[in-house]
Amino acid sequence: MSHAAGAHYTSTGLDNRKVAFWTFIGSECLLFGSLIATYLVYEGRSVSGPTTHEILNIPLTSISTFDLLMSSLCMVLALAAVQRGDRVWARAWLGMTALLGTVFLGFQAYEFNAFVDEGLGLTTNLFGSTFFTLTGFHGGHVAVGVIWLVTLLIRSFQGKLEPDRALNVEIAGLYWHFVDVVWIVIFTVVYLIQTTPIEAAI
Amino acid sequence: MTMRPSTKEFSIVAPATAEHAHPTTATYLAIAVVLTVITVVEVGVFYVPAFQAVLAPVLVTLSAAKFALVVMFYMHLKTDHKLFTLIFTAPLLVAVAVVIALLFLFGVLALG
Amino acid sequence: MATTATPHAPDVAAPTGFWSWITTTDHKRIGILYGATALVFFIVGGFEALLIRLQLGSAENTLIGAEAFNQLFTMHGTTMVFLAIMPLSAAFFNYIIPLQIGARDVAFPRLNAFSYWLFVLGGLFMNVSFVAGPLFGAHAISVAPDGGWFGYANLTSTQYSPGPNIDFWVLGLQILGIASLAAGFNFITTIINMRAPGMKLMRMPAFTWMAFVTQFIIVTAFPVITVALVFLTFDRTFGTTFYSVAAGGDVLLWQHLFWLFGHPEVYILILPAMGIVSDVLPVFSRKPLFGYAVVVYSGLLIGVMGWGVWAHHMFQVGLGPIADSVFSATTMLIAVPTGVKIFNWIATMWGGQLRFTSAMLFAIGFIGMFIIGGLSGVMHASPPADLQQTDTYFVVAHFHYVLVGGGIMGLFAGIYYWFPKMFGRLLSEPLGKLHFVLMFIGVNLAHFPMHFSGLLGMPRRVYTYSADLGVTGFNRVSTIGTMIIALAVAVFVINVLRSLRRGEIASKNPWGSPKLEWAISSPPPVYNFSVIPTVRSRLPLWVTDGVSEIPDVPPVPVHVPGGSMWPILTASGVIVIAVAALAKSPLIAIGGALAVAVCIFAWAFEPFEV
Repeated sequence: MSHAAGAHYTSTGLDNRKVAFWTFIGSECLLFGSLIATYLVYEGRSVSGPTTHEILNIPLTSISTFDLLMSSLCMVLALAAVQRGDRVWARAWLGMTALLGTVFLGFQAYEFNAFVDEGLGLTTNLFGSTFFTLTGFHGGHVAVGVIWLVTLLIRSFQGKLEPDRALNVEIAGLYWHFVDVVWIVIFTVVYLIQTTPIEAAI
Repeated sequence: MTMRPSTKEFSIVAPATAEHAHPTTATYLAIAVVLTVITVVEVGVFYVPAFQAVLAPVLVTLSAAKFALVVMFYMHLKTDHKLFTLIFTAPLLVAVAVVIALLFLFGVLALG
Repeated sequence: MATTATPHAPDVAAPTGFWSWITTTDHKRIGILYGATALVFFIVGGFEALLIRLQLGSAENTLIGAEAFNQLFTMHGTTMVFLAIMPLSAAFFNYIIPLQIGARDVAFPRLNAFSYWLFVLGGLFMNVSFVAGPLFGAHAISVAPDGGWFGYANLTSTQYSPGPNIDFWVLGLQILGIASLAAGFNFITTIINMRAPGMKLMRMPAFTWMAFVTQFIIVTAFPVITVALVFLTFDRTFGTTFYSVAAGGDVLLWQHLFWLFGHPEVYILILPAMGIVSDVLPVFSRKPLFGYAVVVYSGLLIGVMGWGVWAHHMFQVGLGPIADSVFSATTMLIAVPTGVKIFNWIATMWGGQLRFTSAMLFAIGFIGMFIIGGLSGVMHASPPADLQQTDTYFVVAHFHYVLVGGGIMGLFAGIYYWFPKMFGRLLSEPLGKLHFVLMFIGVNLAHFPMHFSGLLGMPRRVYTYSADLGVTGFNRVSTIGTMIIALAVAVFVINVLRSLRRGEIASKNPWGSPKLEWAISSPPPVYNFSVIPTVRSRLPLWVTDGVSEIPDVPPVPVHVPGGSMWPILTASGVIVIAVAALAKSPLIAIGGALAVAVCIFAWAFEPFEV
C-alpha cells in the first residue's frame, strides 16, 4: 500500500487504482479490437493505391517490434528496482524503457514518412485509412506512455519514487506492457499475415 | 457486540501484503529470450515459402503465446489476485468474439 | 410525524455556497447535480417530442418543415438516451451505491466530478448547435444534428451532410462517451473494493448489482462507438475512406460498429431501472425480493448475452440467411433472462402487504409496460416479421414502451423512493399519484396507436404523411397522449419544487426499507456513516442484528476530502478541443490538449486524501 499509516480498508485487499486500471485495460481491448477488426475486414478491398505487399517493410518492423519487446523487459526490471529501493537501477531502467519507446516512435515516424513518399497517405485508399488510423492510435498510446515514464523518472530524481510508491510504477508498467501486447497483435495481423480473404474450413 | 468478519471475502490489512511473490529477474530475462526467439521464428515463417498455406494459424498461435507470456509474467497476472484475471479476460474474450464475428459477417472468414 | 429537527449531526457540516458545488467531490452532491441536469435535459427532449407530435398530429401538416423535423427527432433521441436516461441513472449510481454498500464515497471522487462536468458541458455543447447556425454561415439559425440518433453512413458523410450538424453530434457523443467510461471505471472499482465488512457481493441490493453489470457494459461497449465515431470524424475532416463505397469501403461497417455499441446501450438504459424496481417492490410489498439470486444472475446473463444480438437491428440490410438465423436465435434467447425477472417481481408482490405509494405505482407500471414493450420486441426477433416492422412506427412503439413505460417509469419510481433520503423531505403523495395516472394514460395513449400505424405502413422519421395512408386518427391520438405526458411531467416538476421547500420531513427510514442507506439520517451526514458498519444480512434493517450499530455522531473524527477545481477545469479543456475540431483550428486544438495535459498533471500531484 502506498500510504504509510491510514491504509484504507478494501473488500479485496487490493489497491483501488490497480483494480481501476485493469478495468481500463479491459476496456482498451475493445478499442483496439474494433480498430483491428476494421483493418481486417477492409484488407484487400482498396480499389487503387499501394497495398500491403508492396509497401510494408518487414525487416524494419521486426526490429521495432524487438525494440518494444525489450522495452517491456526494461519496464519490469524498473518496477523490481523501485520495489527494492534501488534508486540507481530504477532510474536506469525507467530511462531505458522511455528511450526504447522513443526509438519505437522514431521507427514509426520514419515508416510513416517512407509510406507517404511511396504514395500511401491516410486518405489514399482503404489500406491507408485503416493502417494509419490503427498504428497511429497505437503510436499515440506509446507517446503517452513515454511521457508517463519520463514523469516517473523525474519523480525519481526528486526522491519521490520510494518503494511505498511502487504502485505508481506498477500501473505505468501495466499500461506499457499492454501497449506492447497490442503491438504484438498488430505486428502479426497487419505485417506478417498479409492476406486477402482466407477460407477457413471448419 | 463483537463480530468476526469472514476473512475469505476481504482483508483489512494493508493491501500490498496480500499479493504473491513476483517472478525473479532471471525469469524476466528468460521470458525476454523466449519472446525474442518466437519473434525470430515468426519472421522466419513469414519468409519461408513452404509455410504460406499455414501462415495465418501458425502466426496467430505464436503471437498468442507472446501475448500470454507478457500478460501472465510481465503484467503479473499469473501471480496476482484472480480478480484481475477476471477483469481482463472477460472483455478480452468479448473483443476476440467481436473480431471473429465481424470477420464472418464481412466474408473474410467463411465456413467450409 | 413532522419534526423540526435538522437531520445533520452538527459535527461536520457540508460546505455551502456556489463554489463548493463547482469544486465538489462528494458523491451525494454529484448525484444531485446529475439528477437536476438530467431532468432539465429530459424536459428539453420532451419539448422536442412535443413539437414532433404536433407536426404529426395532422396529415400533411405544415407546422414544421422537413429539415427542422430531422433535427428534432435526432435531438429527441440523442437527448433522451444520452442526456436524460443515462444521467438520471447516474444520479442514482452516484448517490445511492456508496450508501448501499456502506462506503463513504466512490473510489475516485475527483474522477467522479470530472464525469459530471464533462457530461453537462458535452450536453450544452451539443445543444448549442440549435443556435450556432450564424457562426457557420448557415442559412438557418439551427445546425442541430439531423442524421438520426444512430447516424447512419453515408448520410453522415460530408457529401450528404455538408454542414456542421453531424460534427456537433460526433464530437458531443465522444465527450459524453469519455464521461461515461470514466464513471464506469469508478463504479466498478467502488463496488468491487469498497464494500463494508460483511457486505458480500450476494448481499448487495439488486439495484447495486444491476448498476454493477451496467458499468461493465459501459466500459466494453463505449470503446466500439468511440472507434466508429473516430472513423466518421476522419472521413469528414481528413477525407479518409472508412465509409466510402467508391473506395471499396462498406457503409455497413458503421451499422455493425454502431449497433455493437447500440444494443448493449439499451441494456445500459434499462438495467438500472430494473434494479430500482427490484429494490422498490419488496419495500412496498413488505416481502423480500423473490429469487434474489435469479434476479442477479439474469442481470449478469443479460449483460453478457447483450453482446450477441446486435445485428437484429440490421435484418433488412441483406446479411444472409445464416447471419439472420443466428441473430434471430440469440435475440429470442435473451428474452429469457429478461422475462425471468418479471416473474420474480410478480412473485415478490404475491402474498405481500402491498402499499400503493407513488414509488410502488411507478414500479408496478414499469412491469406492465415493459411486458408490452418486450412482446413487440420479441416480435422483431423474427427476421421475416421484422422486414415489415422495421423502420415503421411499430418499432417506435416497441422502444418507447420499454424506454418510457419501462425505463422512465422505473426512474420515477426511484425518484419517489429516494427523494426523502436525498433531501430529507417526502414528495407529495397526492401529486405523485396524479403524476402516475397522467403518465400511465399519456404513455399508453401516445404509443399504443403506433403499433397500428406502424403495421399500416407509416414509416419512421418522416415529417409528414398522406391522409390516404389511414393513420391520421392514430397519430392524432398519439399527439394527445404526448400532451398528457407533458402535463404529467409538469405535475412532477411542481411536486419537486414544492416538496423541496415544504415537503413532509423524512425520518431515517420513512418507507420501512430493509436496505443500508436507510440506516442513516435523511439526508445523510457529509461522511455518510459515522462508523463503517458491519453487515450481516442481505436485509440489514429487517433482520435482528442485520447491521452493527451506527452512532449518530462519529466517535473519532472522520476525514472528509475537500473539493478540487481540476475536474471542471480538465473537462473544460476537453470542450476546448471539441470546439477546435468544429472550428477546424489545429492551433486551438493544441491549446486545448496542452490545457488538458496541464490539468491532469496538476490533478495528479494535488494533495488529495480520500
